[in-house]
Amino acid sequence: MTDASALVAGPPQTAEIPPPVSRWRVLARRLWRHRSFRIGGGIVLVIVLLALAAPLLTDGSPNQMALRNRFAPPSAEHWFGADNFGRDIFTRVLYGARISLWIGFASALIAAVGGALVGMVSAWFRRLDALMMRIMDALLAFPAILLAIGINAALGPQVSSVIIALGSAYIPRMARIVRASALVIRELDYVDAARVSGAGSGRIIFRHILPNVMAPLLVSVTFVFAYAILAEAALSFLGIGPPPPHPSWGNIIAEGRDYSVEAWWIMLFPGLAISLAALGTNLLGDGLRDVLDPKLKIEQ
Amino acid sequence: MTMLSVENLSVDFRVDTGWIRSVDGVSFELPENATLGIVGESGSGKSVTALSILRLHAMRNTRLTGRIGFDGKDLLKMPERELRRLRGRDIAMIFQDPMHSLNPVLTIGDQIGETLRIHQGMTGAQATARAVELLDMVRIPDAKSRVTDFPHQLSGGMRQRVMIAMAIACRPRLLIADEPTTALDVTVQAQILELLRDLREEIGMSVILISHDLGLVAEFAERVIVMYAGELVEDAPARTIFETPTHPYSEGLLQAIPSPDADVTRLYAIPGRIPDPGRRPPGCNFAPRCGLVQPSCLKGTPPLEPATPGHLVRCPVRLHAKVEA
Repeated sequence: MTDASALVAGPPQTAEIPPPVSRWRVLARRLWRHRSFRIGGGIVLVIVLLALAAPLLTDGSPNQMALRNRFAPPSAEHWFGADNFGRDIFTRVLYGARISLWIGFASALIAAVGGALVGMVSAWFRRLDALMMRIMDALLAFPAILLAIGINAALGPQVSSVIIALGSAYIPRMARIVRASALVIRELDYVDAARVSGAGSGRIIFRHILPNVMAPLLVSVTFVFAYAILAEAALSFLGIGPPPPHPSWGNIIAEGRDYSVEAWWIMLFPGLAISLAALGTNLLGDGLRDVLDPKLKIEQ
Repeated sequence: MTMLSVENLSVDFRVDTGWIRSVDGVSFELPENATLGIVGESGSGKSVTALSILRLHAMRNTRLTGRIGFDGKDLLKMPERELRRLRGRDIAMIFQDPMHSLNPVLTIGDQIGETLRIHQGMTGAQATARAVELLDMVRIPDAKSRVTDFPHQLSGGMRQRVMIAMAIACRPRLLIADEPTTALDVTVQAQILELLRDLREEIGMSVILISHDLGLVAEFAERVIVMYAGELVEDAPARTIFETPTHPYSEGLLQAIPSPDADVTRLYAIPGRIPDPGRRPPGCNFAPRCGLVQPSCLKGTPPLEPATPGHLVRCPVRLHAKVEA
């Protein structure tokens, strides 16, 4: 068969071109190549798995007291030692991961949803912008922790009120990030094109603006997640976190404060857990930022 | 029958120092199933005029006066909600830069189908099926597999075809094409213009073609208006403008098109620049750049007068010279 006949009789050229690699696979591959994303993702994954597997790895009773084990130092039986009530620290730290991660996740979600709404609405409805941004400025004027203390005091000591307090404390930052990106996007031709098609504000905001601000939003969500875990520990340490005997990391540290010299292990291990979780999510966020939002990397 | 009538349209934009007039007292009419070209250089107000028809300016900083009648209703006084029903269904628009007119995160099928979902209440599957037909209509090969492509997978010409498919999805009665070929290669330009011409006949819509290229417009449109510094300076049938341009600016625009026959070493350009909208000269806007300028040109804004029936020109010097001759 000659070349000429192959050209005439052969199957259409398009059939031989391999299908283009999907965006998600490209993205996944680029993330995987990013070292700090891999390390951070690995740390977070291990913590999540340990939290999920807590009942299998321990006897499943983080609040089980055993007075004869009071202040037992780390040993083969109690890997992380025991506290003043003889509760196993390893068990408490694993169960604490569940609470701390849940608080981090849920408050990051609240901050993301609230911040995205406020940010996009201010960017799209310019008349509301000044008012909404001044409200956000007023909220930003308080340190997040102070704001969280106030909200928490009003709602009473529960896990859910910690989540609401931290979530709303971080809304202003998210709103500013989203607003900044949305202000750029609203001026682009495809938003005009959508208006020409007869799209209303709701459709433009959710279909055309939201997907295009997802990258910076997602990146800052990971940082809020890390902040929230740290802030939860701070709130618990101050005695206004999830009420005891909830074994949140901050609570374990707070309870070990009086014995920090004699029984250092009570504070050390939950402290390490907090540092590790914060480190992991920050590395993960760095990786996401570099891959999703390359412009930010240059600026920093 | 007149479908669109723009009467004495003026557009002002707010700047730090007050209001600046961008379009000044423009009037024209467009019947059903007709073509109109708007020509002028950058800053002449042609795009601003077009955007006013759909009221796409940021309304906080814009003041529109005059009247834009569409089917007898004034688009400038219409509530936003009612206007939204016209956008995309009766009046559609395509933009200059196809690289930025498509949303990068949605497939082209999604974007073409959007108009159909908004105005005809189609389901996702129906809209996608119709999007394939529309891609066929704008001659995108292999439409069925292309419909799930993202904009970044298409070339500039292809994207402009997608934009056109979006615009004609609801068979609009008026299509505004704002420099649809400026960002494209010359060969692709001809194809896109050809496509617009065919679609116009197929659908039976009116087209307003905005361009700085008088040659291109004269070739496409039945009627041409020439704008300069926010004012309409000449309004005539395309043939008349091309053969006997009367306003010195139209003449200059036509001369600026390089001819393939003549052995030119230096391209013609109209001397000077378009005046800043905040500091327009007294009298005729074009006077500082005009070769025929008379002392009378600097006194007051010249009126738009008929040269022959259906041919309006804003240049008394030319018109009266003609009468004397």
